[in-house]
Amino acid sequence: MTTSSEDVLLSVGHVRYKKGDGTLYVMNQRLAWMMENRDTVAVSHKYADIKTQKISPAGKPKVQLQVVLHDGTCSTFHFVNPAGADAQAKDRDQVKMLLQNLLPKFKRQIDGELEMKSRLLSLHPTLKHLYEDLVISKVINSEEYWNTPTLKHYTESTNMKQEAGVSGAFLADIQPQTDGCNGLKYNLTQDIIDAIFKTYPAVRKKHVDYVPNKMTEAEFWTKFFQSHYFHRDRIASSSSKDLFGECAKMDDQAIASAMKHTTLDLTVDLPQFTEPVPLLPEEDSGEKEKDGTSIHRSMIKRFNQHSIMVLKASHKTNSSSSSNSSSKTTNNNKVENGMKETNGVEKRPTTDKDPAEPVDKKRRIMEKLHYEDLDSINSGQDAQELKLSKVERYLLGPASQVSQSSTSTNNPPPLSALASVCQAWSSGQQCQRPVRVSAAAAVGALGELSPGGALMRQHHAACMAQLVPQDVKSELNRLYLSGGELLRELWRCFPQPGASNDSEDTPARAEKFYEALLRFRNVKLRPFEEKMLRDLTPLATSLTRHMNQMIDTACAKYALWQQRQAKLR
Amino acid sequence: MKLTVDGLLVYFPYDYIYPEQYAYMLELKRALDAKGHGLLEMPSGTGKTISLLSLIVAYMIHNPHHVRKLIYCSRTVPEIEKVLEELKNLIKYYEKCQGETPNITGLVLSSRKNLCIHPDVSREREGKLVDGKCHSLTASYIRERHEMDDSIPICQFYEGFNREGKESMLPYGVYTMDDLKQYGADRNWCPYFLSRFAIIHAEIVVYSYHYLLDPKIAEVVSKELNKEAVVVFDEAHNIDNVCIDSLSVKITRRTIDKSTQALQTLEKAVAELKQEDASRLTAEYEQMVEGLREAAVARDTDLILANPILPDEVLDEVVPGNIRNAEHFLGFLKRFIEYLKMRLRTQHVVQESPAGLLKDLSARVCLERKPLRFCAARLQALLRTLQVADPAAFGALTLVAHLATLAATYTRGFVVIVEPYDDRHTLSNPVLHFSCMDSSIAMRPVFARFQSVIITSGTLSPLDMYPKILDFNPVIMSSFTMTLARPCILPMIVSKGSDQVAISSKYESREDVAVIRNYGQLLVEISSCVPDGVVCFFTSYMYLESVVGAWYDQGVVASLQRHKLLFIETQDSAETSFALINYIKACESGRGGVLLSVARGKVSEGVDFDHHLGRAVLMFGIPYVFTQSRILKARLDYLRDQFQIRENDFLTFDAMRHAAQCVGRVLRGKTDYGIMIFADKRFSRADKRSKLPRWIQEHLRDSLCNLSTEEAVQISKRWLRQMAQPFTREDQLGVSLLTLQQLQSQEQQDKIEKQVIQK
Repeated sequence: MTTSSEDVLLSVGHVRYKKGDGTLYVMNQRLAWMMENRDTVAVSHKYADIKTQKISPAGKPKVQLQVVLHDGTCSTFHFVNPAGADAQAKDRDQVKMLLQNLLPKFKRQIDGELEMKSRLLSLHPTLKHLYEDLVISKVINSEEYWNTPTLKHYTESTNMKQEAGVSGAFLADIQPQTDGCNGLKYNLTQDIIDAIFKTYPAVRKKHVDYVPNKMTEAEFWTKFFQSHYFHRDRIASSSSKDLFGECAKMDDQAIASAMKHTTLDLTVDLPQFTEPVPLLPEEDSGEKEKDGTSIHRSMIKRFNQHSIMVLKASHKTNSSSSSNSSSKTTNNNKVENGMKETNGVEKRPTTDKDPAEPVDKKRRIMEKLHYEDLDSINSGQDAQELKLSKVERYLLGPASQVSQSSTSTNNPPPLSALASVCQAWSSGQQCQRPVRVSAAAAVGALGELSPGGALMRQHHAACMAQLVPQDVKSELNRLYLSGGELLRELWRCFPQPGASNDSEDTPARAEKFYEALLRFRNVKLRPFEEKMLRDLTPLATSLTRHMNQMIDTACAKYALWQQRQAKLR
Repeated sequence: MKLTVDGLLVYFPYDYIYPEQYAYMLELKRALDAKGHGLLEMPSGTGKTISLLSLIVAYMIHNPHHVRKLIYCSRTVPEIEKVLEELKNLIKYYEKCQGETPNITGLVLSSRKNLCIHPDVSREREGKLVDGKCHSLTASYIRERHEMDDSIPICQFYEGFNREGKESMLPYGVYTMDDLKQYGADRNWCPYFLSRFAIIHAEIVVYSYHYLLDPKIAEVVSKELNKEAVVVFDEAHNIDNVCIDSLSVKITRRTIDKSTQALQTLEKAVAELKQEDASRLTAEYEQMVEGLREAAVARDTDLILANPILPDEVLDEVVPGNIRNAEHFLGFLKRFIEYLKMRLRTQHVVQESPAGLLKDLSARVCLERKPLRFCAARLQALLRTLQVADPAAFGALTLVAHLATLAATYTRGFVVIVEPYDDRHTLSNPVLHFSCMDSSIAMRPVFARFQSVIITSGTLSPLDMYPKILDFNPVIMSSFTMTLARPCILPMIVSKGSDQVAISSKYESREDVAVIRNYGQLLVEISSCVPDGVVCFFTSYMYLESVVGAWYDQGVVASLQRHKLLFIETQDSAETSFALINYIKACESGRGGVLLSVARGKVSEGVDFDHHLGRAVLMFGIPYVFTQSRILKARLDYLRDQFQIRENDFLTFDAMRHAAQCVGRVLRGKTDYGIMIFADKRFSRADKRSKLPRWIQEHLRDSLCNLSTEEAVQISKRWLRQMAQPFTREDQLGVSLLTLQQLQSQEQQDKIEKQVIQK
């Protein structure tokens, strides 16, 4: 039976399905087919279930349309309009066009979320650990998990993916592994490949040229790892066999042209530093010595080039991402930290009398000359401003995002509270706060408390780190991660000073997380402690002492709060 | 502020003043009062330049008959530009306070390359080419020919200046290179010749050392400068080397080849001239008979390089008969070149005195001392007679002529060394060094001529070395420390690695794997805990190369790259500049950078790593000069015999001034801060430590003198945390920064008095 609430967007008669003639309905939510003279729907596919549609080629005698479902089954509709092949094709195309518009909308709705979640988990190992610890061990359920602030932070921030720069050591980080029989194995990830391409456009070009026409991906990278290009201590062979022989040359050229097009800052332009004695022949620096050290020399050159290119690669992405983000007004992760992108690098002016050059030069000199402490007026207007698109994010950290999103549930934004406190400070009002130590004293104390300080003489942080084996360390790390998450959630449920958000669900939430915390303690922490007692007796208790203390504090707070709640009622 | 220094009203263009600046001015004034020479050391970044300028300008205004001129010499072009900007600031301040510009003209003199505004000539990037092209447009005979034939190009700017420029004076004010160019462009005058002309009358002249110290240039440029002048050598810690270089000549096989070619060209030119216009050669001959003084009348455009010897040695006699004739002179030169060629053919090292060389010359090729002395002047005259368009092509020949003149003039303080091989290689590359060993030779006329000569730098310790090697008697010799409100430098001597292996760059252990690894580890640890820029200095380029190679094998490079981007100084200065600019970019973008550099290299001498560009500097080893060098050995012997300076004292002095110079690069101003790590066991010995500048020594406590890598890292971490705290004026005021009232208080005056260390 067709539901009346659904709009029929299109109905096409003379459609055959499994040898029966009938009418095809394209509706809001689904595609349906009804046998002629029946009032029950024989075929009904929700758009969300449909993976794709296919049509028969133009020349075929039968005009057909097939929809393929996610589960692999498919239904074929045969258009049999008696008016002829043209009319049949027209019917089919109408349906096709409509479906084409409709299908993508539904597709995203359904698997978008799931896909994103699984991608997130695979992308961030910490999240995966958290998921395993909390959800799979049934400390909290999946929905709660995805609503924790850390996760929120992840899910929201990854919507706008920030282009990562290139690590300076990405080539060195590709560690070869011996496979046991005189071979080496390199593990390449997509990230590394991206980094290589980004940094070395010449390699990317080679890759485009050669893969997959002339060699396979694997062959290409094998060659790459064999080349001198990767092993910087090898001298470039000039033979044409080496695929990357010219890459080095291309790099050289790129750097040389960059050198030519960069106006050197006055303060670093070494060749111009000294005034030469006129006429006299200069030292013959042209003679390049070809001896044992030239391998080092080329290596040094290569290191410089590498750094320069890494820098260039990340600069490029910087500028592109910032231009992207400025066009998107909704994106809230935009952080312009006020860095100028082309610092001191300008195109060489075409003529010598470019007015920009002296001005810039003068600015540089003044910068070098200026003694800021000797001048009475601090030239504040010249200072670079820190532009923040979301001030509260800067002030409160990423966790505030949740309260951001929950402002809809009429929470007054905590920012105003902070602002008022700040105002109170700046106007010299006495806040209701105990007098704190001065900054200098605090730093002093911190210094004394860190390794090497007066208060840390006896204790060696290093020895603790050395005593605990690696696997235990990582396990402890995971415990802290998941425990911390729960604790944070619990603490968040307690009413915050300055914000009267006694909405109804907080006690319930608090209770839920309180229980989750207790469960966590039983399921995760206790077994770990027992294991430690067995394996690492001297340290066992001290390892989890802090964790336990945190949990106890939270529990005590919860109990206190419960008491008060009960009194209020 | 306006302050009184020992009764002199000084305008100081800032509202606050550092106590040491005041002390510096006090001492400086004493030197000026006594009309004597001074030696002043004050840490970099404490406003030396502005103190100097403020005081001397004030002194000149109040005692116009006592001091008429200030000649300020600095080493690099950026330094010169900085001085000019400071001077501009000062004059602006005078204007603000007095309502009118003081009657002072200050200007810069730089090479043609930096000042040329001719559209074609200025496009050249190389100084030599600019000089050559300029000469070919402005030489007197070119201009004479232009009178006859309009198609011969001349420089409109020089013509403009020549017509109008000499009648008027530059208006009062300060002229930087850009200002001069602008001024010249507005009036169609050549800025270079304008500046050459204007320095004679200007009150303040700023230029490079060479213009005063190198007799070849000084004779052309600085001859007519007023003697009642104060000469300041800033950044003068290397002044002895500049003196020595200006009087030394190095002849390689290439020089010989090139000068042979040049000689052939000259011979051809003489032969042609003889056929076409023999009268010119006759006229020249007549001139030679008259004496060389005639040459002085030559136009200023014709003379690019003068005699390489000092003015008091130049003979005012007629040119000896055997080289008066152009052909004879060329024959004479040819014999000299053949002789040099023969000398270069030796298979073993020869070291002899100039007297020995002269004796050998007269015995083998019958060249007498007297005509040899005239070689340089005679060649100049010949080139002028032949109207050579491009004197740059005769550079090598000029050099040979200089050698002849120098060798025949000076018998003491010089040495001739012929080395068939390179220092370190067995490659055949014969070089003849005619090397000056006595830096006082070039310095003496300057001391004698000018009323006060002030030698100043951030690192002149130990002070008593300079009067010895420069042979002068300073009336003032003081070292100032830096008053600090917080310990903004952290000098440390790291003597062992984490594995307790002593680290040192001494010859026996420098290639030791453990030492290199420990150096690497130190650098990695430091770069992981220090923000932004880290600069390292190695003792030599060779050592840098081999260490980088070893580090690559040991994986140190990889772990360095994990923390910061790596940049390395190369022997190609253009490449290094590019690496440097990228290093700055890396620091400014927040990625941070590590720069590996070489002590005595160009980077260590000229580039400042202030603020975030250098939060830590590491000195890997003691930068001793290459001690096997024969020139050095000869100089050491000479110093011992002449000045009673022990070899080791001089070597340590030289090494430590370079080390101090390197580490001093990180600090500029009291708001800056930086870690200085001396990574060599030998630094902790008293003889090395005590030779560091006082302002570094003061902070180098005993507890910081024998650290291992991890100790150093822990101390750095704590210190960095302290330094990262806000640092306000209130913290400094009264201690390291004074207002006028504070300065005038009796208590402060006494304190300042006490601070100065007089030796």
